[in-house]
Amino acid sequence: MSCQCAQGTCTKSDPKQVKLGEVLAKYKSQKGALIPVLQESQDIYGYLPAEVLRQISTELKIPLSKVYGVVTFYAQFHLKPRGRNIVRVCLGTACHVRGGAKILETIQKELGISDGETTKDLRYTLESIACIGACGLAPVIMINEDTHGRLTPDKLGAILAQYE
Amino acid sequence: MNNLMEACCERCTHTPATPCNKFIACRTEGPLCHEDQACREKIQTRLDSVVIKEGSKLKQVLICAGSGCISSGSRKVDAVLEEELVKQGLQDKVKITVTGCHGFCEQGPIFIVEPAGTFYCRVTPEDVAELVEKDLGRGELVERLLYKEPNSGERVTTYKEIPFYKQQQRNVLKNCGHIDPENIEDYIARDGYKGVVKALQTMSSREVIEHVKQSGLRGRGGAGFSTGMKWEFAANSPGDKKYVVCNADEGDPGAFMDRSVLEGDPHAVIEGMMTAGYAIGADEGVVYVRAEYPLAIKRLQVAINQAEQYGILGKNIFDSGVNFKLKIKAGAGAFVCGEETALMASVEGKRGMPRVRPPFPAVRGLWDKPTNINNVETYANVPAIMRKGWEWYSGLGTASSKGTKVFALTGKVNNTGLAEVPMGMTLRQIIFEIGGGIQNGRDFKAVQIGGPSGGCLPKEMLDLSVDYDSLIKVGAMVGSGGLVVMDETTCMVDIARFFLNFTQKESCGKCTPCREGTKRMLEILTRITKGEGKEGDIETLERLAKNIRATSLCGLGQTAPNPILTALKYFRHEYEAHIHDKKCPAGACSALLTYKIDEEKCKGCSVCAKACPVNCISGEVKKPYTINEAECIKCGTCMEKCKFGAIARG
Repeated sequence: MSCQCAQGTCTKSDPKQVKLGEVLAKYKSQKGALIPVLQESQDIYGYLPAEVLRQISTELKIPLSKVYGVVTFYAQFHLKPRGRNIVRVCLGTACHVRGGAKILETIQKELGISDGETTKDLRYTLESIACIGACGLAPVIMINEDTHGRLTPDKLGAILAQYE
Repeated sequence: MNNLMEACCERCTHTPATPCNKFIACRTEGPLCHEDQACREKIQTRLDSVVIKEGSKLKQVLICAGSGCISSGSRKVDAVLEEELVKQGLQDKVKITVTGCHGFCEQGPIFIVEPAGTFYCRVTPEDVAELVEKDLGRGELVERLLYKEPNSGERVTTYKEIPFYKQQQRNVLKNCGHIDPENIEDYIARDGYKGVVKALQTMSSREVIEHVKQSGLRGRGGAGFSTGMKWEFAANSPGDKKYVVCNADEGDPGAFMDRSVLEGDPHAVIEGMMTAGYAIGADEGVVYVRAEYPLAIKRLQVAINQAEQYGILGKNIFDSGVNFKLKIKAGAGAFVCGEETALMASVEGKRGMPRVRPPFPAVRGLWDKPTNINNVETYANVPAIMRKGWEWYSGLGTASSKGTKVFALTGKVNNTGLAEVPMGMTLRQIIFEIGGGIQNGRDFKAVQIGGPSGGCLPKEMLDLSVDYDSLIKVGAMVGSGGLVVMDETTCMVDIARFFLNFTQKESCGKCTPCREGTKRMLEILTRITKGEGKEGDIETLERLAKNIRATSLCGLGQTAPNPILTALKYFRHEYEAHIHDKKCPAGACSALLTYKIDEEKCKGCSVCAKACPVNCISGEVKKPYTINEAECIKCGTCMEKCKFGAIARG
């Protein structure tokens, strides 16, 4: 696969490009591969840069408009860079009833960003989410793959600080 | 023999390429192809170390590693336990099994000692040394970690005696919390895959369908359609290629039984899907799991790999001539993908938008081929129905709703967790006997049943039988089985707004009634909660709700108004109080609240003034303070901080 970057100064061995090439090669002949390709590409880049979408469109022979349509349909896909740590605040029914909104409010204050935003230093991205299925521990948040439950606003500072 | 799945000696010839039709029975009753006492002993000894029974020399610790208990710290407990057993020289006498969800998430991390069934809860790593020394070493109970019954305050020793478990009848959840979901051996040792073997080797595909029909099993995903009939439609559809799909896009806020089944007993779902594949003539299956469940995806993948390794999935399964392969598709975050036609569009790599039915998936489904689609819990019911017979299953439940159903009990209830009960139990039994009543001794106000598609039912409905038909009659539905309990502090307008906000955000936008209608309803509800409700709002809401219900394209839109319609039916006075009196009777809608300091009770300690985030409380020390209402943001911090109860909300 040729290098897609514009300057022409970098070599083909950009590790992210190599990985993307592997993903595309793996799925190229499979039907219905667009979503897994986007998921794995996002795992590589942390988000979905425009040039990556263009490359996916060319390789999978799916019009860019359709690729973009799928990306913008699903909540999981992101077109902008994201923080190193993804903080997901559950606002599902059980969490709502047990004070999830207060948790979100506190984190917003703590990080100085609103729902859906990323801190300037790219340390945190804050998202609200409908339900993570840990209702027994409501209210809960998820940071990356870790679930933190039975929260109260005063516990949040210490939890957030654990994530660099 | 280190694994029940291994050959007992070289006379066993089973491999995925040369399958033996007695493979499954041979694991627990073998050897069957030859007579050898040594082989028999090997298998029985291994079996005894997998299933720890009464009288066993081994003790077994079950540590829950469901998502709930992991977040309460169960992995650390497990790590410390391993060290501690070695330190105290007990590593050969105790077997540790890391399990899926026990369903009693409130009490996690859960630590059970078998075969006695001693139930320790909220165990921390610091407690482990004592547990090892006393219980595992000397057989003494560690009283302080036993479950304490919230009403009587008494300690209960075994899980079987805990009211939360005692009233349940666990079929689907039978293995959850008792086996290692990442070890196929544990499933096989407990009659695993015997149901599908019976189907493949003793029944025709028509007989399997008839069997499931007779059992009375109805879809556990929400609509409650007869599973056997669904299979029959797919079987009758012409076509050489068919698919079996499992809907594990469990998106209803407040429901997590499918997650627990996938995390705790993934082979049951695989076995159910294999049975369906045989019944309809499909050789390929897809499990669509929502992306928010990474652990479920991981455990299911491990289970699929193990099943393939031993020839349980693949070609010519158990020499029956039947092929079946299974793969996982991870969702990408869209609630509407729980709708079957949207789900299939998503599997095909498209935007997950529903389409008009008919044609139903049984006729034209995945890749335009006949497809059977059921949810996780439905498939997980199938193995036992095959094994124990439809007569057994149809003997449970009510006349038209058979079997057991798993409910996710959450909200302001003492025992949150999963409760599996026979259909027809009353709400009161589920909430008060299993759920242990309302938290903090407050009064029960309502229960939201069936998620955003269901309804809010009031106190008067507590004696209602929980089954498909009774709930539909009162405007709610079993749905996915979420039961969110609410007390007097939950505002019914706010909760309706919450659900509508959810469905509105998740509306895919394809059809107008859902896209525009839910938005208008949400605007009205938001206004009402802000104290800007107008005359006629209730009537407009009702009209919109009826139109959306009648004209939306898919189930998401058709059921979106249910929470509002039931709230208007049973809690109309709360809406009227918001609109006419600008009051929130539950004290939840912050815009309608006022905070006042009681001059008599205030000691002038200044704690509230220091805690106020907007500095709108002022006064002189040792004299009553006052709140400047114009600047108050109604956050309630002052009320929480006041030690004298001097601040009142009105």
